[in-house]
Amino acid sequence: MRQGLIRLAMPRLPGVLIVILLGAPIVFGLAGTLLPALGYLPALGGHDFSLKPFQDLFSVPGLAHSIALSFGTGLTATALSLSITVLFTACWLGTRTLQLIRNLLSPLLAVPHAAAAFGLAFLIAPSGFLVRLLSPWATGFDRPPDILILNDPLGLAMIAGLVMKEVPFLFLMTLAVLPQTDSLRKMKVASSLGYGRTAGFLKACQPDLYKRIRLPVLAVLAYSTSVVDMAQILGPTTPAPLAPRILEWMGDPDPAFRLQASAGALLQLIVSAFAVVLWLGLERLTAFVGRTINRNGVRHRRDMPIRISMLVSMGFLVGTMIAGILLLPLWSVSRSWWFPNSLPSTVTFQLWRDIDQTAGAPLLTTLSIGLAVTITAGLLVIAYLESLERSPRGTRKNKSSATGSSSSFIDVLIFLPLLLPQVSFLFGLQVLFVRLDLDGTLFAVCLTHLMFVLPYIYLSLKGPWRELDTRYAKLASSLGACKNKIFLKVRLPLLLHSLLVALAVGFAASVAQYLPTLMVGAGRIVTITTESLALASGGNRSLIALYGTLQLILPLLGFALASVIPALLYRNRAAMRGHS
Amino acid sequence: MRANSLRSLLGQIFLATALAASTAMQANAEDANWRVVEETAKGQTVYFHAWGGEPRINDYINWAAGEVKKKYGVTVKQVKVADTASVVTQVISEKTAGRESAGSVDLVWINGENFATLKEQGLLAAPGWAQALPNWKNVDVEGKPTVLSDFTIATDGQESPWGMAKLVFIYDSARLPEPPSSLAALADYATAHPGRISYPQPPNFHGSTFLKQILISLIDDADKLQRPVQEETFDADVAPLFDYLDKLHPNLWRKAQAFPQNGAQMRQLLADGELDIAITFNPGDASSAIANGELPDTARSFVFDGGTIGNSHFVAIPFNSSAKEGSMVFANFLLSPEAQARKQDPAVWGDPTVLNVAALSDEDKARFNAIDLGPATLKPSDLGATLPEPHPTWVAALEKAWAAHYGGS
Amino acid sequence: MTDGLVLDNVNISLAGRSLVEISTTIAAGQVLTVMGDSGSGKSTLLEYVAGFLSAPFQASGKVILNGYDVTSDTPQVRQLGLMFQAPLLFPHMSVLDNLMFGLPAAGLSKGCRAEMAEAALRDVGLEGFGRRDPATLSGGQQTRVALMRLLLAKPKALLLDEPFSSLDQSRRAETRHFVFDMAKSHKLPVLLVSHDPEDAKAAEGEIFTL
Repeated sequence: MRQGLIRLAMPRLPGVLIVILLGAPIVFGLAGTLLPALGYLPALGGHDFSLKPFQDLFSVPGLAHSIALSFGTGLTATALSLSITVLFTACWLGTRTLQLIRNLLSPLLAVPHAAAAFGLAFLIAPSGFLVRLLSPWATGFDRPPDILILNDPLGLAMIAGLVMKEVPFLFLMTLAVLPQTDSLRKMKVASSLGYGRTAGFLKACQPDLYKRIRLPVLAVLAYSTSVVDMAQILGPTTPAPLAPRILEWMGDPDPAFRLQASAGALLQLIVSAFAVVLWLGLERLTAFVGRTINRNGVRHRRDMPIRISMLVSMGFLVGTMIAGILLLPLWSVSRSWWFPNSLPSTVTFQLWRDIDQTAGAPLLTTLSIGLAVTITAGLLVIAYLESLERSPRGTRKNKSSATGSSSSFIDVLIFLPLLLPQVSFLFGLQVLFVRLDLDGTLFAVCLTHLMFVLPYIYLSLKGPWRELDTRYAKLASSLGACKNKIFLKVRLPLLLHSLLVALAVGFAASVAQYLPTLMVGAGRIVTITTESLALASGGNRSLIALYGTLQLILPLLGFALASVIPALLYRNRAAMRGHS
Repeated sequence: MRANSLRSLLGQIFLATALAASTAMQANAEDANWRVVEETAKGQTVYFHAWGGEPRINDYINWAAGEVKKKYGVTVKQVKVADTASVVTQVISEKTAGRESAGSVDLVWINGENFATLKEQGLLAAPGWAQALPNWKNVDVEGKPTVLSDFTIATDGQESPWGMAKLVFIYDSARLPEPPSSLAALADYATAHPGRISYPQPPNFHGSTFLKQILISLIDDADKLQRPVQEETFDADVAPLFDYLDKLHPNLWRKAQAFPQNGAQMRQLLADGELDIAITFNPGDASSAIANGELPDTARSFVFDGGTIGNSHFVAIPFNSSAKEGSMVFANFLLSPEAQARKQDPAVWGDPTVLNVAALSDEDKARFNAIDLGPATLKPSDLGATLPEPHPTWVAALEKAWAAHYGGS
Repeated sequence: MTDGLVLDNVNISLAGRSLVEISTTIAAGQVLTVMGDSGSGKSTLLEYVAGFLSAPFQASGKVILNGYDVTSDTPQVRQLGLMFQAPLLFPHMSVLDNLMFGLPAAGLSKGCRAEMAEAALRDVGLEGFGRRDPATLSGGQQTRVALMRLLLAKPKALLLDEPFSSLDQSRRAETRHFVFDMAKSHKLPVLLVSHDPEDAKAAEGEIFTL
């Protein structure tokens, strides 16, 4: 205990640890990808540097098409997600509707991509729930229509899936930074000048808001251009986008494909980077157009149509996601559910009764990795934030001038694992772990998960931590409390809810990790997410649904604990309720 | 044309018989050796990498693991993989990293191209171990030559046969009274019922097999398929295949803009009523699926008139396996009449045996005779001829050509 | 050795521009009211005296408390009681816990410290409020608890940053007198920052305008 506190007192250590834990794997991972891409993979005859892997790569049929798909679906999904988020916020900020949507979306943030994709597929497929519900009485179908909905060549289903997953993320990020933008007051000023609510927000608040959610938006863009699990379930296959194809090459028994896969991983990096560059260009353009529009003085007082349409869009999105998710538990207990029956003819809880048989070991593994990683990352983030608090430079000083654009090195570095396409450095990281004899160990998987969990915890906790009234700490120290006492007795309890929510976010991120677990775990570390995608290659929908349901339950459990624990602990403290 | 393949077949059989004879002569010594293997295996943990997409198979593996734990003290853990090729990659990457022992793959479920790659790269345990297994004596080497020749590659005792596979189609007799029993009939059916026929997208194994099946029927000289691909003639060789597909595709499910990703998904689509025909490599599949509530009771199996492609699947030990003895004990158990009979039961898995049932003891014969093959499994006499798998080089070439034709722009 | 709080040639500047220049002595029981518009640097002066001033502000001069130079001391050891606009009772603690947070450990038993905190509550007419949630107290009650928390920490001077501005008009005068009386009876020098002339008047002390 004491020693832990002494360590906390060492000002730079947490920052340095974070830099090493995040920076080293990225550097080694990228190097480990670059070398094979240039033909260097010893022991497989790859001693000579050559461009052959790239030549192989560019001779792959349909490569340009795959690149265009990654690029197009990623940009479209990001632009749509951001537009929906910002417009909805503009239309409904400060209303109870927004609160309601917030409450609905918060738990949806925890839904892993794969589970959301399965749910959507179960819902909208031609033999899916919606068509079953309407057949044959309304549609006249006694067999599913032959319509291309899932895996369409343009990737529309995949874009829909991505938007459904990213809107909750961006929306909650937006709500997290909104207090810093003083938007409610700005909007009051705008409406007193006669601006409609939506126009007022877009003209007066949006630019400042965008600056603050820019990194999350770029992370969404990088993710969407390189997504694997969602593409495997919903994406096109003739050809597939780049990332799932790379994964396919990595799995090919022919070693030449492995080199080609490395080259592909680098190409993925370039594609995602190019998408980011293009996005930055679009940012400029939008800002320029925005400035022009801001000066035109048009009030847009009647904005009910757009407000209604945004509400409908958001409602549709939330409704679809919830419906899809609810189908998972239903399928997990169904048997002999033939088309066009709206409900299964037999319901059996067999799979759930035998849960220790069907999913016991993966559940345990998922829990242990999730808890170990979340706690470690949580401690690191707390130690880092607390070290900033104690640093003589005092990053906090005046609340008004600090925060916001604090683009310190660590802030960017922490984002890097989310900004880089996972395939681009996981490939090299896998080779590194094999070399260290650490592949397939829980330790290596935890270390890799840490890279992705730490950013989420940091992002979730940073805002509340900075917004905490600094006067509490000042007051405490003037009452003679030492720094450790202030930390333990004042700051930590006041931030308890935020901290637990951040940990729940981190835990959910760990549960959802697919590629890192698959590649670094060498197949030996089986979590419910890797298992669910392995099962997706089989046809047993009930089992897929069982795993999808488990993927939902674990993160939701985390969020439930995060709200129940403070509520119980502070049940008699009115001011601690809704403190976040 | 046939003479060639026959000669190579005879050669393999001769080799096997010779090996068997020498094994018999050293029977006592072998017995002692095997006891050493069993002794060493005790306490070992075998990481068995096996495709995990089928719960019934996983359950079977789980049962077998329990048996060897009880009988021999060997712990077997199934590592469920989505694609066996990734296991090959893993072994390769361990070789890359210089891990010569204590590898992460102890035993792998394998055949065909994956086996060929591992064998070629010298990434398998030394030859001969499979024939040295005590239960090898029951393997039907004569009746099932594919147990020695895996996609034309000699197994050389580097993999131990586990089960038999044969391309079989599943249909729902309630919707489709007369299944199309030839390529021409299939194309006609697709024209008459657009959107109800498809095949898994290559490079999926079932999809590639479907391509090979078509190619065997349409290529001018089927003997070419027993040799490595000739690049110069390849385009001409496969031209009839792509002519056929070009005509078929406009009438396929989703107009061939999307494909089922594998056989299991195809079976699901058959159950959903999206497709009329599914492809499987396991003749017992339809019966098992009915028993599981995954297909309606009216599901049945059929094959093409001229026969369909068949092969064997195996278990192999990588060069750096950390539990070679344990893996051998497990492989040997998988070959036992007890394990093989249970595997053939459609209620369990429905995978045909590699053993020569006629030569077994009466007690073991009874195990097989007691199996109810189920309503949808074809009798061995109705399964038709088994066409040999082409040389593995054809698979990669076909997959690439397919992608160039249909997977691109 | 002079008792009281001495600000010796204190000069606080921002980017080379002088914000506050002050040199004064506040005797025990006396109140110095610093008045000024918002942005004039009056809160900054308070931060400096309490030991919280940080970059980009720069300061020269000395803070001398009861004859000791505390300029380079950390806030924890200065023993300067700080009160902000809001009472800022810790919302996660009970009223009693808040008071005990202010009470130094000083080798006293837990029961003994609790008794001292209860006594402090009695002193301000809030007997029996110890287990209450601070959020259920009225603004005036909260301010009184906050002041007692401060006094239990045995400060050598009080720094008040517009402590009455959050109270409604009717409560303000009453609470104001209560605080100043307490300060007088404890013989504490008080540095009060405010923009309310009523505060200055009630303080009956020197007024320094920025």
